[in-house]
Amino acid sequence: MARQTSRLAYGRWTPFWFLAPAVFALALIGVYPTLFALVTSFRQYNLTRVREGFPFVGFDNYVNALTDPTFWQTLGRTGLFFLCTMPIEAGLGLLAALMLHQPGLTMLRALARVSLVIPLATTYAVVGLLGRLIFNRDFGVVNAVLGWFGFAPLDWLGNPTGAFVAIATMDIWQWTPFCALIFLSGLSMVPVEIEEAARLETGSRWALLTHVQLPYLWPGLTAMLILRSADVLKLFDSVFTMTRGGPGAATELISIYIQRVGFRVFDMGVASAQALLLLVLTIALARLYIRVFYREVD
Amino acid sequence: MPRGLRRLLHALGLLAVFLFAVFPFYWMVSSSFKTQADILASPPRWLFIPTLDNYAQVFADEKVTKAVLSSLIVAVCSTALSVALATPAAYALARYEFRGKADLWFWFISNRFISPIVLALPIYIIARNLGILDTHLVLILIYITFILPIVVWITTDFFRSIPRELEEAARLEGASQFAIFWRIYLPLGAPGIAVSAIFGFIFSWNELLYALVLTRRDVQTAPVVATSFMSGYEIPWGKIMATGTVIVLPVTVFALLVSRYMVRGLTMGATK
Repeated sequence: MARQTSRLAYGRWTPFWFLAPAVFALALIGVYPTLFALVTSFRQYNLTRVREGFPFVGFDNYVNALTDPTFWQTLGRTGLFFLCTMPIEAGLGLLAALMLHQPGLTMLRALARVSLVIPLATTYAVVGLLGRLIFNRDFGVVNAVLGWFGFAPLDWLGNPTGAFVAIATMDIWQWTPFCALIFLSGLSMVPVEIEEAARLETGSRWALLTHVQLPYLWPGLTAMLILRSADVLKLFDSVFTMTRGGPGAATELISIYIQRVGFRVFDMGVASAQALLLLVLTIALARLYIRVFYREVD
Repeated sequence: MPRGLRRLLHALGLLAVFLFAVFPFYWMVSSSFKTQADILASPPRWLFIPTLDNYAQVFADEKVTKAVLSSLIVAVCSTALSVALATPAAYALARYEFRGKADLWFWFISNRFISPIVLALPIYIIARNLGILDTHLVLILIYITFILPIVVWITTDFFRSIPRELEEAARLEGASQFAIFWRIYLPLGAPGIAVSAIFGFIFSWNELLYALVLTRRDVQTAPVVATSFMSGYEIPWGKIMATGTVIVLPVTVFALLVSRYMVRGLTMGATK
């Protein structure tokens, strides 16, 4: 009854007026530029050769992007970066979450939990600058600490593998807390009685994890897999400030490469085509996320 | 395993978590108090005589103070505009059923996934044609694209938890639709709006890519200026770390304020 009155009480157009400003704004600054990029992707649009005009060239830019080995290499490198960082972030995150969930030591737990917010809030660009200092060959703290264990100093940012490991490490620092906090919220969803009963039943931490807690961790794991893969496709700030994609192209991830084509080579046509291919990937990920987590709105 | 040992391991583990999270931050802050000689020392100095020189340099450098001001203008304006635009939409999404609602929701959410480089290219060309490159305006507008969706999904969540009965009672007394939004949802949803505004501010403050390509000299934001110190023959590490600290400190404080909502904010409410 109450539902019916509320349904009758407003006009058909009421929600429209509330939504209009946001929709209009996003259309203007989000959708219009995307359409602009779509048009650009079918033109020859090189900002260093403006005099030649911007003629339509059909699918040339797309052919160019898709047959460009560097494009595939950077995409592959981005995938590799995800495969290297994600398991470590999820693994360490789970470990941290289990310790934060474990009863006892209330003060220390609260302190550790709060500290996890710091990496998440740190400006990505500053993370990159910090990485340059920490991984410096001569006065970096990483080499100093490795030196305690007898390792010779390494020129991290000067060689391809080292630089890749360095950017991955900074990413792991910044995003392990994200995984930890997601897992922690999953763990806190386990009904207290069930967990207590299980703790009395078995002394084995492993059995508790696999039989009782694991079902509550799946949604969080799914969320972080999708979100992190989208984030890696977006990743620019920290890597750019740390290595600029170098040495050579060792740390050139997809967003950095497209940025280079667009704003260093100034070939906006090809860069737009590449960006739209990236957008297709991103939309697929977003769709997947919606499918999994917002079924109720469909 | 004996209880005492277990407790000790737990404590060590938690300490490791804490050190892992805090160490790079600590290293930045401590380096910001070092002289160049102390920073360039090999092996690095863990104990040193702190100096405020770097901060004196940073605050005396007009480039930095101007950049911090720019960052502040851009973050405040883009967040305020986003809140103004997004809260009515969040109200409609929280309380009305209409055709295309799911698609609209999907559209708002998918903005979280889009790489800034996709928009940076066309926005650069458009802004160049309009002659608004290197202005606060272009950054404020483009930042709305990622702040507005955050505000929408966080406030929708909060609005949903406001009892419907309040709205129905107000309606029986003849309150208009807008009055209901203005008098009931905005005040009762204020905590949610504050949380979303803080998120918006953090994301805007931290942004680099758009700021890097859309600005030149006049309105460089703080992260851009910090990055620009990296070039040149002798890198002023102390000054860079002091600038980094100045940039990171306010957002860290903000993030601590909303730490309870961190996970929900970053996953758009997919996990509780």
